[in-house]
Amino acid sequence: MATMNMIQALNSAMDVLLTRDPNVLIFGEDVGFFGGVFRATEGLQKKHGLERCFDTPIAEAGLIGISVGMAAYGLRPIVEIQFADYIYPAYDQIVSEVARLRYRSAGQFTAPITIRSPYGGGIFGGQTHSQSVEALFTHVAGLKVVIPSNPYDAKGLLIASVEEDDPVVFLEPKRIYNGPFDGHHDRPVSPWSKHPASEVPDGHYRVPLGKAAVAREGSDVTVLAYGTMVHVVLAAVEEAGVDAEVIDLRTLWPVDIEAITGSVRKTGRCVIVHEATRTSGFGAELSALVQERCFYHLEAPILRVAGWDTPYPHAFEWEYFPGPARVAAALKRTMEA
Amino acid sequence: MTSSPHPLRPNALSLRIPEPKARPGEKLDFGNLRLSAAGEVARPPVDIDHTEIRDLAYRLIRVLDDDDRALGPWAPGLSVEALKRGLRSMMLTRAFDERMYRAQRQGKTSFYMKCRGEEAVAVAQAEALSPDDMCFPTYRQQGLLIARGYPLLEMMNQVLSNEQDPLKGRQLPVLYSAREFGFFSISGNLGTQFSQAVGWAMASAFKNDRRVASAWIGDGSTAEGDFHHALTFASVYRAPAILNVVNNQWAISSFHGIAGDNDSPFASRATGYGLPALRVDGNDFLAVYAATRWAVDRARANLGATLIEHVTYRAEGHSTSDDPSQYRPVEEAAGWPLGDPVARLSRHLIAIGEWSDDAHAALEKELVELVRATARQSEAIGTLATGSKPSVREMFEDVFKEMPWHIREQRQELGI
Ligand SMILES: Cc1ncc(C[n+]2csc(CCOP(=O)(O)OP(=O)(O)O)c2C)c(N)n1
Ligand SMILES: [Mg+2]
Repeated sequence: MATMNMIQALNSAMDVLLTRDPNVLIFGEDVGFFGGVFRATEGLQKKHGLERCFDTPIAEAGLIGISVGMAAYGLRPIVEIQFADYIYPAYDQIVSEVARLRYRSAGQFTAPITIRSPYGGGIFGGQTHSQSVEALFTHVAGLKVVIPSNPYDAKGLLIASVEEDDPVVFLEPKRIYNGPFDGHHDRPVSPWSKHPASEVPDGHYRVPLGKAAVAREGSDVTVLAYGTMVHVVLAAVEEAGVDAEVIDLRTLWPVDIEAITGSVRKTGRCVIVHEATRTSGFGAELSALVQERCFYHLEAPILRVAGWDTPYPHAFEWEYFPGPARVAAALKRTMEA
Repeated sequence: MTSSPHPLRPNALSLRIPEPKARPGEKLDFGNLRLSAAGEVARPPVDIDHTEIRDLAYRLIRVLDDDDRALGPWAPGLSVEALKRGLRSMMLTRAFDERMYRAQRQGKTSFYMKCRGEEAVAVAQAEALSPDDMCFPTYRQQGLLIARGYPLLEMMNQVLSNEQDPLKGRQLPVLYSAREFGFFSISGNLGTQFSQAVGWAMASAFKNDRRVASAWIGDGSTAEGDFHHALTFASVYRAPAILNVVNNQWAISSFHGIAGDNDSPFASRATGYGLPALRVDGNDFLAVYAATRWAVDRARANLGATLIEHVTYRAEGHSTSDDPSQYRPVEEAAGWPLGDPVARLSRHLIAIGEWSDDAHAALEKELVELVRATARQSEAIGTLATGSKPSVREMFEDVFKEMPWHIREQRQELGI
């Protein structure tokens, strides 16, 4: 066991994977010598060799394209897209190729590719370093989408994703790389070392895909969240004084439907929280699922707290970011309904 | 450069992963920089067939020699006034960068990017373009705005995201937009401007106008599809565009070879598309001006686009977010064989008897003072950290021309 922040946990996962499987290789913009702009691959090139962890041209479509070819040869690429905001040039390769390869070739070819990318706001990154892109991928048949919320899960989920035979879009909430930010931007952020989930085994372990975690047990209302928002929700729950059950989805798709329906049937209320823009966000899918499966248990309308339907604005970071005050207000509203 | 052969399989393939000649602590080596002497490269007429000048992609157009004289057929014969104007704009750009960089370090804004060492590319090109020619820049051509006389105060207001920010607090610092100054809105997504510039140029041709478009892209970003799209469309439709690759040797921590110029310079990419290319000393104000002028004249004569590779050096970090000493030798900037564009132009003016060290020092002082005074004004309005910000209402405006119901509802939910 060691104490790790999220970057260290991800680094440790990739170190383990490179060591165990000679077919694993890592590439992306600035990931080689420099170790990535967030330092997630620091030291891996030095330790495992130039060919195992290397820099690529700035061409996201090319990055995903070559990873399909490599996967067809039997390799297991881990591709870093420097910011999720820069994944769009690769969208055709991901949607039309990576996601459908197994289906269209009747299983002759598969794409066991893991696409890692930092996403989300809270860092004054403006429009092009803050976006939450998950719904663009949950919408696509054939992709798994994973978002960890702490170092322990980050490592276990990344190992499980890379060992998974289907392609995984692995989105990393960059705001919590160094500590569990709860949305109170005016307070100092406590480091991961003070959080129990920073205890991370050194070796190999998996956190299974498709399994949510209960971040807080409660009986009044179920809150569905993932990534940074798990911590924001936990803070908001305390402030609202509501006995909420907080579910950290961890895998967005295929989502842990049992965990969701089990909890909502118990509490009778549901609030969904994400940073991404509200319209057609992943919350819309969750809301539909809950409505379809738990309608007769619901005592209040399902509420969504999400980013506004605007591009992510630089100067209005905290007016945009759905912080604890907005989440707490929704919790109170749902309890009053 | 190439990984060693497999120890047990001597005839097996091996994967090449390119590496720069020097990493921190290693000896500087600029051996693969293809240089030509000042004045050495011939200047063809602008209406020459591109097939006759393919060698220019492998040469380096230089005008200023080591003794600060302007030599050869590319010497543009610019007036002393124009040279002084260029020097002033480059020095003002540098002073501006220094001040804004410090503002970021002091927590007055979130982010900044300097262009130190690359000032000639933007400033000399602004001089070669007409004011109504359109620029499609990257974040490293702030010199265009300064040379075109865009108010420093507005630039600072944008960087500080204050109440007077012309972009209303919506955009990351340095991603300016200045339509009135022929300066297209800068995107954070690399490369997109390159094909857009070609479309603008096609529109000018479609309208039987006289204006040309100029676009810039970094060496690293030439790997994006947009670069290829720009060259393809420019060639097919003979668009009046100047397509500039700013090869400053680095793309964050990745050296230029990662973008593909190990075996052939960026300029040579033009050949396969049927476009002429010029490869120019990007730290030589006169050479940049002359090459750009050639391309502008050719474009305006309806002879289509030119690709220009500017060989230069990013003398500082990529942005306020990185420390370059972690991935390249710290001495590399000082050792850069093409020197510094400001110093070179200043020395040239001295060599022709039009300038002096004292005059240079006085101008520098004046510009630093101008920047300081303007920065005080801007900071008095507000910074990202303190003072007045744009109205939060601005967050919801301009998503659409008319605000739809859902955004209006969201604005009300926020209580504004
Ligand atoms: C599509 C896209 N991918 C990645 C990035 C992240 N990024 C920002 S600048 C940069 C390096 C660009 O290098 P280069 O094109 O050489 O321009 P320079 O910074 O040297 O001027 C990278 C990778 C981005 N902004 N957009
Ligand atoms: Mg560059």
